[in-house]
Amino acid sequence: MSLKRNIQDLRKRKIEVQKGGGDKAIEKQAAMGKLTARERILAILDKNSFHEYDLFVEHLARDFNMENKVLHGDGVITGTGTIHGSPICIYAQDFTVAGGSLGLMHARKITKIMDHALKMRVPLIGINDSGGARIQEGVNSLAGYGEIFFRNTLASGVIPQLSVILGPCAGGAVYSPALTDFVFVVENISKMFITGPSVIKSVLGEEITMEELGGARVHSEVTGNAHFFAKSELECFDQIKTLIGLIPRNNTDKAVKIEPKEPLKKYKIDKIVPNNARLPYDINDIIKSITDNSEFFEVMELYAPNIVIGFGRMNGETCGFVANQPKVLAGVLDCDSSDKAARFIRYCDSFNIPIITLEDMPGYLPGADQEHMGVIRHGAKILYAYSEATVPKITIIIRKAYGGGYIAMNSRHLRADFVFAWPTAEIAVMGPEGAANIVFRKEIESAEDPEAMRQQKIEEYKTKFANPYVAAAKGYVDQVIEPFETRSMLLHALSVSENKSVSMPRKKHGIPPF
Amino acid sequence: MEEMNEKEYGEYPTLSISSGLYKTELTDKFKQRKNWVAPDPKQIFAVIPGTILDVFVNVGQEVKKGEILLILEAMKMQNQIIMPFDGKIKKIYVKPDEVIKKAHLMVEII
Repeated sequence: MSLKRNIQDLRKRKIEVQKGGGDKAIEKQAAMGKLTARERILAILDKNSFHEYDLFVEHLARDFNMENKVLHGDGVITGTGTIHGSPICIYAQDFTVAGGSLGLMHARKITKIMDHALKMRVPLIGINDSGGARIQEGVNSLAGYGEIFFRNTLASGVIPQLSVILGPCAGGAVYSPALTDFVFVVENISKMFITGPSVIKSVLGEEITMEELGGARVHSEVTGNAHFFAKSELECFDQIKTLIGLIPRNNTDKAVKIEPKEPLKKYKIDKIVPNNARLPYDINDIIKSITDNSEFFEVMELYAPNIVIGFGRMNGETCGFVANQPKVLAGVLDCDSSDKAARFIRYCDSFNIPIITLEDMPGYLPGADQEHMGVIRHGAKILYAYSEATVPKITIIIRKAYGGGYIAMNSRHLRADFVFAWPTAEIAVMGPEGAANIVFRKEIESAEDPEAMRQQKIEEYKTKFANPYVAAAKGYVDQVIEPFETRSMLLHALSVSENKSVSMPRKKHGIPPF
Repeated sequence: MEEMNEKEYGEYPTLSISSGLYKTELTDKFKQRKNWVAPDPKQIFAVIPGTILDVFVNVGQEVKKGEILLILEAMKMQNQIIMPFDGKIKKIYVKPDEVIKKAHLMVEII
């Protein structure tokens, strides 16, 4: 064969395999409103940057007449490319090939690109669209999942791992996304569950649709399994690109610094917060009045909205924001919001992203359901995450900082680097109403007009304790600042903290209250 | 700071935390939370959904602590439902082959 014919043969082979499951299967995929695995990879990565590997891998199933079947690429596409010019390892399960089912070689392709990502210290993006384990391959497909989960765990905290759910992801398969840093879902396309609706119906008699059981909205609002919700695949890809632009490529790197910009004039930081601490406002407005170009990329927007987490830039550099949201449930800490914030704090700490905490919360949510759901254990996660974090940690106390919540929200006592308070801050064991009822119980009970006495004592307590100066007198607050000084103080604190270095006791790892 | 009129927030529900009353939105999860009810040891509920395989006791029967009341098959396991203390069967709410959900009341004891 001449070289020319060799090349022609190679091209023919490539074209054949790149067709995946063939025209009919591709038509079916399109009818479901889904892009193909290859289209997805090309849409996510920079133009002409994708390089594919293991195109000619063949499956290993030898039973149930599988030996005669050809499964192109064994149902998964793997390779490398770039996003914003920064290298990425990526894989996408191809639903058009045997339903994207996972057999041994399919898994080996995935683990190979994962090993590559970890070795080269570049982010890994996994696109999940699979019917699950390839039953004909038996325990070999389970082995494949196990090898993936193991590598997800090894890579955790070293390289960013993003999971994109663009089809079914059921049974054991869901545990790979669960082990990764960020899970992206798309309405009407993503489905995640351990046991599907048919099993649930046959065993329990409960009727539930796939969407109600494990659709994108359920995982974004109810379970907290998903971090980013999109209405279309293209919106989802934009979210991926934005996130990749904000985070460092590995745990020894820093996020790329961009041209600094001032916040937009329309966000007036001194006009957002009502003076009455019992009235709500949207904490997003405060964040946007601080960040570069008033941009804030929120994470887990729909889950536990009483706390807001996400990334914004300060002077061109990425920071993580953790902020109580007074607009929802008065911004309380509870099981879900503690879990949400703690995981984000650990992410930022792993990847050298400074954490800015904005505090305005009345404490932990009371109630038997919260106590029985383990608010002690879940609430402890925030304490653990802040205490353990060694990245620059700065707190701004805007209004209420009561009780255990005051301690938990990156207080000085957990080694915050800087704690600044607005003059409206109320730092105390509890709110004036509750405190007055306890401290002045006798005076209130024995008064001629107990209600008038109660109001008088509440006012007395407010004046004396519901302010930032008691904490400032002990040095727990570094400085009481005017609202419009917030950004400049933060920028200064961040620049002072740039070479922060602290050492922690040597250990294999801690035991956080998972 | 601008003074804001509390009335502007009239449409917000009020949430009470440590005697403080806050105007704020509530989440669906919060609204759907269940109020705690003290458990009644005389009522035996299914802790897992499944199928009743067999019932060994009758209404009015005296049963000793530790005796088997019925078999609830769930997750491929035949679970023995045991009498929690000496007593008499007041009412039985299940019969063999019945498929029941979690928290289904199975037996009441006097």
